[in-house]
Amino acid sequence: MEEAEVEVESNRDNVEVAPALIAVHPDQTSVAVAVGPDLRVFDLLSGSAASLVDECGAPFHKDSIRAIRYGPRGKLFVSAGDDKTVKIWSTESWRCVCTVSSEKRVSAVAISEDGCHVCFADKFGVVWVVDVPGSDGHVALGDRKPTPLLSHYCSIIPSLEFSPDGRFIVSADRDFKIRVTNFPKKPLNGAHEIQSFCLAHTEFVSCLAFVCSPECPQGLLVSGSGDSTVRLWDISSGVLLDTCVVAAKAGLLESNGEAEEHSHAVTDLCTTLNGSLIAVAIQSLQGIVLLSCDVSAQTLSVSKVVSILGEAFVPTSLGFCPHEGKLWMVTGVSSLPSCNYPSLARVRVISGIDVEQEPVVVGDDKIPGREKLLETLQGSASVDESAFLAAAEAVKTAMCNLLIKKQYPSDNRESRKKTRNDRKLKN
Amino acid sequence: MPETEVKATISKSTGLPRKRFYRARAHSNPLSDSHFPVPISPSQFDYSLHYPQIFTSTDQVDGSRKVQFADIGCGFGGLLISLSTLFPETLMIGMELRDKVTEYVKERILSLRVTNPGQYQNVSVVRTNSMKYIPNYFEKAQLTKMFFLFPDPHFKEKNHRRRVISPFLLDEYAYVLKPALTEKELEADPVVKLLSSATEEGQKVARNGGQTFQAVFRRIVPSDQTS
Repeated sequence: MEEAEVEVESNRDNVEVAPALIAVHPDQTSVAVAVGPDLRVFDLLSGSAASLVDECGAPFHKDSIRAIRYGPRGKLFVSAGDDKTVKIWSTESWRCVCTVSSEKRVSAVAISEDGCHVCFADKFGVVWVVDVPGSDGHVALGDRKPTPLLSHYCSIIPSLEFSPDGRFIVSADRDFKIRVTNFPKKPLNGAHEIQSFCLAHTEFVSCLAFVCSPECPQGLLVSGSGDSTVRLWDISSGVLLDTCVVAAKAGLLESNGEAEEHSHAVTDLCTTLNGSLIAVAIQSLQGIVLLSCDVSAQTLSVSKVVSILGEAFVPTSLGFCPHEGKLWMVTGVSSLPSCNYPSLARVRVISGIDVEQEPVVVGDDKIPGREKLLETLQGSASVDESAFLAAAEAVKTAMCNLLIKKQYPSDNRESRKKTRNDRKLKN
Repeated sequence: MPETEVKATISKSTGLPRKRFYRARAHSNPLSDSHFPVPISPSQFDYSLHYPQIFTSTDQVDGSRKVQFADIGCGFGGLLISLSTLFPETLMIGMELRDKVTEYVKERILSLRVTNPGQYQNVSVVRTNSMKYIPNYFEKAQLTKMFFLFPDPHFKEKNHRRRVISPFLLDEYAYVLKPALTEKELEADPVVKLLSSATEEGQKVARNGGQTFQAVFRRIVPSDQTS
């Protein structure tokens, strides 16, 4: 009985759906997509699907995967989710080298810069750490027990990031807060020194990324939130440097004033190309917004809006490959209840993410890996487009239910308290 | 002119609120998602609302005077009232989760300000969940003292997460507390004597012949502090 999940509704008749996720290897040797419990990896070097081997703990994920990530050096890959397990894979052999059990469902993962520690956040707001010795992934580690690192009291953490210099771990939560904590030399004893809090968002903070450039090696933090803004921060002091109201700037808000509440949440962020461009995915936007970050002036501005024409494609997750300058996007959802399909995923690529070039949405025939990649990652080479609008709606509802505080009307408050022991009428 | 009030929640003789109209259960759920206003960041905390005589308009908050004492779970405000006259130059605030009790403390402070002109201007109360929102109210190393009178032990393992003193929350308390300088200061501090006698809870325990146990901790400077 998870008492911590106080946002459980009494009339929840829709199944909790999970958005599709994508991650790209830093050298673009492989691309991974997670839809529901399925983890699909395509090896671009061999041009075929990677076969995952999991003899570690309970094999494969039994419930929706909520976070996937490649390590900064590309040797490790982590997947975690609602089945309360975190699986660490070697990217060379695609064997699961380690399975970590969590007490609660996992909502975010991060791998330290040196690849020695994997951190994950559970739905109650606790961030756990597990050490991964022999971080090249060759040693099978079996099951490992995590230790608690830090906690956001009773708040879901949708995003976890290490700073590029490895000094800090940044955690963002549903209560609009971003916490920057010093990552200690012995993380297994906990991270107790908070460096700063980055406070200004007025809704849940859904995604974090770091912009680094030669002139700013420690990096500037970029955060996206349910309040439709992307903000730029200096993490050592917690100072807000700039705010970009992306939905308005991208011309998304309707002029009729009847804008749906919470319909333009920023769902994912991805820094590209030495950080000077940031790709932003917004709920209801069929495409992405490219923001440019001026590191010396410490400002953000909208550079371009790239629309995906010809199909209803609202990206649920983004991944960037720095070597090739390509932005990978996926849209999809696990198990739509009213739909025939068990899960949906569609992968698209935008190339030319560069300040000088024009971004171009790559056609299916020109995508690296071509049809084989699409078949592996999507589950089929072509997908029925009409299902995607329903998928986008389902993801939006699920995100709202999860991350937005419920407003309980005051009129039936007394009837809701009927089950309380001190309110029961004594006859 | 006859009083038309059905319940005189404020006593006519002392001007102070009457506790019986502000009774509340001892526990309020800290895990629930209550909807009370919380400042987005410490710079948004409205000093002129809480300390009107000191900060006469919102423009005047220049940042030189900030809240230094915080009473976490202040209850009916006994400690705050005693601290206010003991440290008249220090700004202090109480944080309480239960709304009725917070109302009581607000009324108490307001009536004390009226009956004692010039005094009690440095104390206020806010209804909030301090386990979730402390960083929203206080900047790094802003507070010099934090009071927890008295943390509920929550013996059952399933309730351990409701404890106001926990290793995780200590990280946040350490963040808002200034590192203490010397141990000698602790011994000379007049506050320590108040800990067992100033709060309503402490007085009740004394009345029933029980014991109060003090624990004082100071925030140390981290040994490997980077910049």
